[in-house]
Amino acid sequence: MAGLWVGAVALVTAGRRGKRPPQLMRSAAALWTLKTFDKILIANRGEIACRVIKTCKKMGIKTVAIHSDADASSVHVKMADEAVCVGPAPSSKSYLNMDAIMEAIRRTRSQAVHPGYGFLSENKEFAKRLASENVIFIGPDTHAIQAMGDKIESKLLAKKAKVNTIPGFDGVVKDADEAVRIAREIGYPVMIKASAGGGGKGMRIAWDDEETREGFRFSSQEAASSFGDDRLLIEKFINNPRHIEIQVLGDKHGNALWLNERECSVQRRNQKVVEEAPSTFLDPETRRAMGEQAVALAKAVKYSSAGTVEFLVDSQKNFYFLEMNTRLQDPYKSFGLPSIGRLSQYQEPSHLPGVRVDSGIQPGSEISIYYDPMISKLITYGSDRTEALQRMEDALDHYVIRGVTHNIALLREVIINSRFVKGDINTKFLSDVYPDGFKGHTLTENERKQLLAIASSLFVASQLRAQQFQGHSRVPVVRSDMAKWELTVRLHEEDHAVTASSRGSTFSVEVDGSKLNVSSTWNLALPLLSVNVDGTERTVQCLSREAGGSMNIQFLGTVYKVHVLTKLAAELSKFMLEKVAEDTSSVLRSPMPGVVVAVSVAPGDMVSEGQEICVIEAMKMQNSMTAGKTGKVKSVQCKAGDTVGEGDLLVELE
Amino acid sequence: MAAAVRAAAAGARLRGVPSALRTAARSLCSQPASVNERIENKRRAALLGGGQRRVDAQHKRGKLTARERIRLLLDPGSFIESDMFVEHRCADFGMAADKNKFPGDSVVTGRGRINGRLVYVFSQDFTVFGGSLSGAHAQKICKIMDQAITVGAPVIGLNDSGGARIQEGVESLAGYADIFLDTSYLFITGPDVVKSVTNEDVTQEELGGAKTHTTMSGVAHRAFENDVDALCNVREFFNFLPLSNQDPAPIRECQDPSDRLVPELDTIVPLESTKAYDMVDIIHAVVDEREFFEIMPNYAKNIIVGFARMNGRTVGIIGNQPKVASGCLDINSSVKGARFVRFCDAFNIPLITFVDVPGFLPGTAQEYGGIIRHGAKLLYAFAEATVPKVTVITRKAYGGAYDVMSSKHLCGDTNYAWPTAEIAVMGAKGAVEIIFKGHENVEAAQAEYIDKFANPFPAAVRGFVDDIIQPSATRARICCDLDVLVSKKVHRPWRKHANIPL
Repeated sequence: MAGLWVGAVALVTAGRRGKRPPQLMRSAAALWTLKTFDKILIANRGEIACRVIKTCKKMGIKTVAIHSDADASSVHVKMADEAVCVGPAPSSKSYLNMDAIMEAIRRTRSQAVHPGYGFLSENKEFAKRLASENVIFIGPDTHAIQAMGDKIESKLLAKKAKVNTIPGFDGVVKDADEAVRIAREIGYPVMIKASAGGGGKGMRIAWDDEETREGFRFSSQEAASSFGDDRLLIEKFINNPRHIEIQVLGDKHGNALWLNERECSVQRRNQKVVEEAPSTFLDPETRRAMGEQAVALAKAVKYSSAGTVEFLVDSQKNFYFLEMNTRLQDPYKSFGLPSIGRLSQYQEPSHLPGVRVDSGIQPGSEISIYYDPMISKLITYGSDRTEALQRMEDALDHYVIRGVTHNIALLREVIINSRFVKGDINTKFLSDVYPDGFKGHTLTENERKQLLAIASSLFVASQLRAQQFQGHSRVPVVRSDMAKWELTVRLHEEDHAVTASSRGSTFSVEVDGSKLNVSSTWNLALPLLSVNVDGTERTVQCLSREAGGSMNIQFLGTVYKVHVLTKLAAELSKFMLEKVAEDTSSVLRSPMPGVVVAVSVAPGDMVSEGQEICVIEAMKMQNSMTAGKTGKVKSVQCKAGDTVGEGDLLVELE
Repeated sequence: MAAAVRAAAAGARLRGVPSALRTAARSLCSQPASVNERIENKRRAALLGGGQRRVDAQHKRGKLTARERIRLLLDPGSFIESDMFVEHRCADFGMAADKNKFPGDSVVTGRGRINGRLVYVFSQDFTVFGGSLSGAHAQKICKIMDQAITVGAPVIGLNDSGGARIQEGVESLAGYADIFLDTSYLFITGPDVVKSVTNEDVTQEELGGAKTHTTMSGVAHRAFENDVDALCNVREFFNFLPLSNQDPAPIRECQDPSDRLVPELDTIVPLESTKAYDMVDIIHAVVDEREFFEIMPNYAKNIIVGFARMNGRTVGIIGNQPKVASGCLDINSSVKGARFVRFCDAFNIPLITFVDVPGFLPGTAQEYGGIIRHGAKLLYAFAEATVPKVTVITRKAYGGAYDVMSSKHLCGDTNYAWPTAEIAVMGAKGAVEIIFKGHENVEAAQAEYIDKFANPFPAAVRGFVDDIIQPSATRARICCDLDVLVSKKVHRPWRKHANIPL
């Protein structure tokens, strides 16, 4: 399966990467001719299942997909030669349902199982059950999974193999009091995490006793719901580290080698957001030292598959072993934050040069609350870093995702951020750069004028089109050929005077005193519009255009609400009454669809601003909902176990 | 641009008027002014309606004046006014005094263009006697209505009136009203009368506000944020309609390919037949550029009606909404649907019907309310409609409700079923409970029923659907059918009028 992870990186600068990949490509190419199995079952869903099936097809292997009820018509099911339903929507009853999966293997006579990542990929019992039925587990053997899947054991092994490790407490933490005691011993800050987990689930950083207690509670709950195993451990938290990982390959004859690193420092809640290879930070010596330690570890556990050894690297280039993933590389979360819903429109930018998209979705797909919200990975290559970044920017602009919210704006902003461009990143990058949360792109004056000019042109183009009737009536159409349109465009509560005149498909637009030429096909039916503004090519998306003049335009990744009115309409709008907005501090509404895990207040309780009121689990993450103001609880509209929709009233304050 | 300049100049002149008007009035009394001057003075007075103070009061309420509304509604510079000099003729209660005479009286009338297309318009002027209806006011409206009929153009009425002018006692005309959210009220009798007759305490907003009429009574078809938003939307809406029933449905330039496949529809109907989905998603995906102008979006939400375009041509869309009350038909949704179907038929607008209907809503409230009578309205409306009718069954089409929803039996021109369609008398569970009452092996019977009827074949083999199509091909097929149906002609025997069950 070596061929699979070749490109699983966000940004690749082939110039520096060139030394190793050619060999890799050759070995991958060799694999296509080496038929290993007749039929395998893929015990996973979404993007990774699709990726495995694609490779199997190239290798001439028949594939069996498994799916839950909710996934019956998803892409991986359609792509596979056969599909078996293994249970209802919750993953604990389907993708983690070993009995049903074993039954599916028997029924379809699959010779091997590819676990993908997550779910059962690092489950030693599953590996054991497969072995007992002579089904091959595509991945490392049970011993390695067991050794590396357990964070405590893996750390002990790493120490033994002379791999640098993080100081900390190696053992199961029984309760919150013990957690606090240990944390004090190690010294704050500490990291509390699930023993069985990975990928950021069940992980919390604590800076004091109180946070330790809270972190212990959250992490154990999340660990239990995600992995069915609530063991935790505590270790020293390395502040501002980089997250860099090394790929290793081992075989059954005790050989192991390391490949180049990838840097995954840009993370959100320990979930990778952007990956880059090679890292801008490592020098050849550090790279070699890390690679050699990774190989030493792989050899120590007799590793016989593809795997990833994760390291934290501090600013002095000291590196510490974090964990080893005994499976395919976890994807970075290119589109990690979509809301739940239906993809009403979806278009991948895979036609662009140097762009690869790994996804398990298609137009019409449902993003459900039951599974990981990662919907797609976007990979761009370039002959140097600048080109790879430029292509990423372009690819993000050409990505059409409608019906669910997504993090394209954030991703685009990260890759153009000056710190990122300089390579000055660490795992706290996002919280450092966006301390109050990401609020979208900040327009420069020139960009603002471009946006206003594009919005105005779109408005005029649609107004002109509205007069284009095909001879339908006995009463002739008399078009008003306005030579010049006087408009008022509102953006961010500010009015801008704009005049636009059209010459064919080019608009000459004057915005706040500057003249811009805007040309495009102005095809209002297409989801993507290429616009040339004074020689600069911009790809914009008009998400909505209402009769009342308001438009949502995605420009430079961020969606802007722009209100275009004729000068007359804008003048008369001044007489319109302002809407009184709902006082949101006294009502608590669910920000997303999910399940209520706990409610900590009852009617009549006094709560202070910021106090936790209830916890909602969505996308496998627990979200603490807090009071918007200090006051008395008027009513509680939810209870633990309730499924709530976005905007549902949870608690009302007086 | 020239128009904009003229409008701005008119505005400037308006603001300067009051003092000029007083001077003019004095000079009129003392010495005869030339006719031209009198014309000019009257025009100025007419432009100012009930005077600056009342204009300011109107603005303060968040409302525009009659003339401002017309300027927003019509293409710049296209308005040609009539009857600017008409004054009321009432002499009682001191109304004959000059200060109680306003040139043009309480309504502005004329003609103009919306996106180049001719329209007649009247706009009631609240600043003159609260927009109340005088004899002169009614006469002005009737005059432009007559002209509109003569040339085959529509009339748009912008209502803002307290009712009949009590001083005159003229009977009020019935008319449509555009209701503007929060600033408008519409009722037969106001809260004071209600209180004195029925002893109910009710506010203006509760009794006849926008929310009441768009969600509960079904009197208004849409509510908008404010005057500006409403008028922009009226322009948009106007573009969907033919100028008269003598014209075909308009065709606007279209950039959306008529043969566009819609892959996202192949997975939209959930596998579990009890699970809801949003019919509006299907409509958006099928029509041109995802543009759908919904009518009565907040009333009887279990049925969706509205206008869209297919390959540029206006179509009327009717769809059951599985998200609300499972999309069943009840009294309100039947009447809402029937009214819309008849509107489309009257104005040559083809009908596209999306069916997912589990049946009529059962219960005493519906039966006592006359669901049979009201349901028949929808059935009748579809049956009598002679415009092109294309029907797509997406999932359930059960029982009598199936027949009602533009079925083949009501002369649908093209009726499609998606592979997920179930055309049956009722759902499998209900059917088996009746057929096999008391039997043991109900589950097997249910499975057999599902196998037999919960699919499109029974209807397809009988020709009740013309074809079973892939959802992704829906747009292409409908566009193609509409091109053929353009020349559809139905000859009905002569009758004075049809007799829909009212």
